[in-house]
Amino acid sequence: MRFTGWAANYVDERTSASTAVKALGRKIFPDHWSFMLGEVALYSFIVILLSGTFLTFFFDPSMTEVEYSGSYVPLQGIPMSVAYHSSLDISFEIRGGLLMRQVHHWAALLFVAAIGLHMLRVFFTGAFRKPRELNWIVGFLLFVMAMALGFTGYSLPDDLLSGNGLRIIDGMIKAVPVAGAWISYLLFGDEFPGTDIIPRLYVLHIMLLPAITIALIGIHMVLLVVNKHTQFAAPGRTNDNVVGSPVLPGFAAKAGGFFFLVFGVIVLIASFFTINPIWNYGPYDPSPVSAGTQPDWYIGFADGALRLIPPNLDFVDPFGFTWAFGVLIPLVGLLVFLAAVGLYPFFEAWVTGDRREHHIAERPRNAPTRTAIGAAGVTFYAALWAAASSDLIATHFRLSIEGVILALQVATVFGPFVAYFITKRVCLALQRKDREIALHGFESGRIVRLPGGEYIEVHEQLDDFERWKLVSFDEYQPIMIRPNDQGKITVNQRVRATLSRWFFEDRIAPVTQNELESQKH
Amino acid sequence: MADAHDGPDNGENAGTAVARQDDHDAPAPAVAVVRADRIPNPGFPPERLRVTDLDPKKAKQAERTISVLFFLSVIGSVLAVAAYILFPIEEGDPSTIRLNNMLIGVGITLGLLGIGIGAVHWSKALMHGHEEVEQRHPTRGSDESRERAVEIFREANAESGFTRRSLVRNSLIGALVATPIPAIALFRDLAPAEDPVALLKQTMWETGTRLARDPSGTPIKASEVTIGSAFHVIPEGLAELESHRLEEKAKAAVLLMRLPVDELNEREDRADWSYDGIVAYSKICTHVGCPVALYEQQTHHLLCPCHQSQFDVANHCEVIFGPAARPLPQLPITVDEEGYLVAKSDFTEPVGPSFWERQL
Amino acid sequence: MAPTSPASARRAGRRSPLATTALLVVGLLATGGAYALATTTATAETTAASAQLIDEGGKLFAANCASCHGLDAEGTAAGPTLIGAGALAVDFQVGTGRMPMAASGPQAEVKPVQFTQEQIDAMAAWVADLAPGPAVPADRYIAGDGDAAIGAELFRINCAMCHNVAGAGGALTEGKWAPGLAGVDPVHIYGAMVTGPQNMPVFSDLNLTPEEKNDIITYLLYIEENPSVGGWDLGSLGPVSEGLFIWIFGLGGLVAVTIWLTAKSN
Repeated sequence: MRFTGWAANYVDERTSASTAVKALGRKIFPDHWSFMLGEVALYSFIVILLSGTFLTFFFDPSMTEVEYSGSYVPLQGIPMSVAYHSSLDISFEIRGGLLMRQVHHWAALLFVAAIGLHMLRVFFTGAFRKPRELNWIVGFLLFVMAMALGFTGYSLPDDLLSGNGLRIIDGMIKAVPVAGAWISYLLFGDEFPGTDIIPRLYVLHIMLLPAITIALIGIHMVLLVVNKHTQFAAPGRTNDNVVGSPVLPGFAAKAGGFFFLVFGVIVLIASFFTINPIWNYGPYDPSPVSAGTQPDWYIGFADGALRLIPPNLDFVDPFGFTWAFGVLIPLVGLLVFLAAVGLYPFFEAWVTGDRREHHIAERPRNAPTRTAIGAAGVTFYAALWAAASSDLIATHFRLSIEGVILALQVATVFGPFVAYFITKRVCLALQRKDREIALHGFESGRIVRLPGGEYIEVHEQLDDFERWKLVSFDEYQPIMIRPNDQGKITVNQRVRATLSRWFFEDRIAPVTQNELESQKH
Repeated sequence: MADAHDGPDNGENAGTAVARQDDHDAPAPAVAVVRADRIPNPGFPPERLRVTDLDPKKAKQAERTISVLFFLSVIGSVLAVAAYILFPIEEGDPSTIRLNNMLIGVGITLGLLGIGIGAVHWSKALMHGHEEVEQRHPTRGSDESRERAVEIFREANAESGFTRRSLVRNSLIGALVATPIPAIALFRDLAPAEDPVALLKQTMWETGTRLARDPSGTPIKASEVTIGSAFHVIPEGLAELESHRLEEKAKAAVLLMRLPVDELNEREDRADWSYDGIVAYSKICTHVGCPVALYEQQTHHLLCPCHQSQFDVANHCEVIFGPAARPLPQLPITVDEEGYLVAKSDFTEPVGPSFWERQL
Repeated sequence: MAPTSPASARRAGRRSPLATTALLVVGLLATGGAYALATTTATAETTAASAQLIDEGGKLFAANCASCHGLDAEGTAAGPTLIGAGALAVDFQVGTGRMPMAASGPQAEVKPVQFTQEQIDAMAAWVADLAPGPAVPADRYIAGDGDAAIGAELFRINCAMCHNVAGAGGALTEGKWAPGLAGVDPVHIYGAMVTGPQNMPVFSDLNLTPEEKNDIITYLLYIEENPSVGGWDLGSLGPVSEGLFIWIFGLGGLVAVTIWLTAKSN
């Protein structure tokens, strides 16, 4: 104890650390399972850093050609790049090397998946609203970084699967108007595949992209502390307080323990389940290809978009230049989709005109239009994602590949509208049910016979605490058209007012005290 | 705690624009409606105590469980090291790798989950279990610090003349914009100085180049290509290339098929590009460059396994399904005096995916 | 090219551990004149079938196959001619249960085998007697004792695009599919390569020599006998099954953990 005191004093006299402990040590974090999803992503990233560092000690990104001399019989004597050879050595010669490779790859898949689910949680609870719009952007950039890290890592083993993945990227780059052939040539340092791409991706994968990611995570955490965490509506919780457990000791123990749980689950998966068996694929060679050549799941939506485009869309302009719309439409479409995800908070703020700070996480049903927009986006993404496995869907469900693709083309175009409509109706129905329960209580299951012979089911009233969750949401009015200083109504205003009406139409008001009183009598 | 809680919607802390209004007034634009008869926040509910708060025995029991979990973690870590030593990878026996992977992994898993479950259980069962309350404040700085910040910028501007001395400022901005240009120029040498467009338009095939088997490089006689066959073909000499072997292969890979002559529907200008029902097409997909290699010998369809483009070999490889932009380029072939299949020329159009200068 | 180039040096090095016979064959291949010889060795294996066996096969054919293939195996609208199909085609189609077909569909499906091996041999003998065709190979070409590395390379170039690099199978057009290869008898793998059943291309002995076919069989047996070193292989289907696994079991499991984590203790 005396040593602890001395050490704390020593550090504080040189760093003023006590200020930070004072500021952060008893910070309150609200408890809800969905608030832990970001932590899953964060901890996966730490696991990726740890296992990745181990892998760098053994991996050699050179594309120099050598002959395989390791212990995997079906590759012995086959010419291959040093990168692939060293990846095989990590798997076959180094004790625990395969485990670390599998930990790294499984953690990478989990990292992006956890980011995705975390983003969905933030979106559907409106937790991106003021003051957290900028942190949404930071998180969105982290999502993009995670995909970039994943793709560069997927390419490094230089096996047949990753090589074909790079070939697809090369084909997409070549389609870029004006500079495509040149960008590809500079990126690969030669014609495809060249001998430079793996070392170049390696530098991006282990240095530049992780550095940017770590910096963004830092900003994400600082903004989290500055803004404090959102919380769900509950008795006693308001927009002006935050209720939960303090960092020290309870939350720190939980969050710290959770790191070990995430790590443990990843290692457990990696010890029993193969991921990316690179030895099956063989070294990269431009001639062979495997059935079921797919990217890792998070690039699937892009691959799916490429699969869904109809044939013969090349267009040669009068100057003789080629517009490869079969590639450009999916490419631009995906960029627009990603941009829409990143910029949504600003769109909603503009449409609603809402400039207040929001710290209560909304229940998705209480923002029907937003929830429906989200469902439409998820449907669009899911259709593209499913398209990336169209061949496996066909073989596993005994369908024709043409039928699967046609169905997914329809789903990509019309699915979002259907999802929007259904989700909005479901949200409104749930809101009506909430109203009903708040006013009349819930069905108790107790049937009572009245003196007149009539049977009724007794409704049990909620207590004030239970009711609060159902009635605590805000009611909104759409923006009205107002003339500006010159007394004119601009197009911008009209559009905004129309969108605002659309956003808030069909809304259902929360139960008020008067309604409740009149109900009781 | 609960008593720190000061009621819902007091408006001052929550941000800037909450309108309070009575039932039927017209709403101000762009704000939430807060009705006067809104149901009030009931405040914190009574707290439920945990069994470990009520029963010291249960608390003691939880303490034991937690320490057992931490001990299990130690055992797991030791087991991982033991597995590392006792179950080495033996040359020639892949099952030892599987075992090594599994046992080290299980040890580490135990080591991690022991700590994780233990720590969480400790937090949940034994650590201070009450919810606490912290007040939020608007994220914006206080008026005082905002004023001071503006003042600092104003002073800095006055002292430096950043706004006033516009020539200095604008020339600085110009200089800053110009400095990264050399950095961009430096990337030009990412690739050698040749023109990629010219490279994309030619392959290793030349008049008289024999068609050879992939990967052995042995030449193919027309008589060896039976009906229904599919040969994966490279130009003869490719397997022995000292440099750029994969780059050349990435353009020159060809699929050779033989169809019954009466089922082959050829374009008039390409009537002499095949030999007795034997046709050769580029294997590189015109969509984004995957090898199109799934040949169905009865339907004569070619399928790309990456994005499911389909080409009809019987009809000069026109696109019948999927995202590909145009038919696969055909390699004109004939036989030489020894009966080997040879190319009549290079492809007459660039192979592989579209690019900007493809036509020029 | 110079014989000392790295590529050719590698090739020689790779084949050096082969047995003497294989070396001889490879040497002959290198001269480019071995194919004729390889063909004669392969077709010379045809077993002389007794007249009685042929007769029995004819009866079985008439009872079970003639409705689609025609009484003289000349083919009808419902099924192709079998003249020249050879014994190996019969052995493959009937021996894997694909024939007789239960119903018309995108392609003949594998079913429980309907006949004994003796009956299959009899029908094969009858078909082989109609006209010469591919015969059942000698045991040494299906022994699976070849070079797995050569086999794997040939498999990747000639087979993996349809059957997947790990032999897990894949999709073809219009509802057809390339079947998975796990557990398939080597003689049927050999038979499929030679006869090109349904939409599979033909890989005659002039394309892949019998030794090379044996190498491919060797590779397939290797991956069948040596399960993935990384643990359960999730069907060897690639990133799709991995993605589904991490979402359902990885993230799903961790969500369950978060629910436990944030629930208040009893």
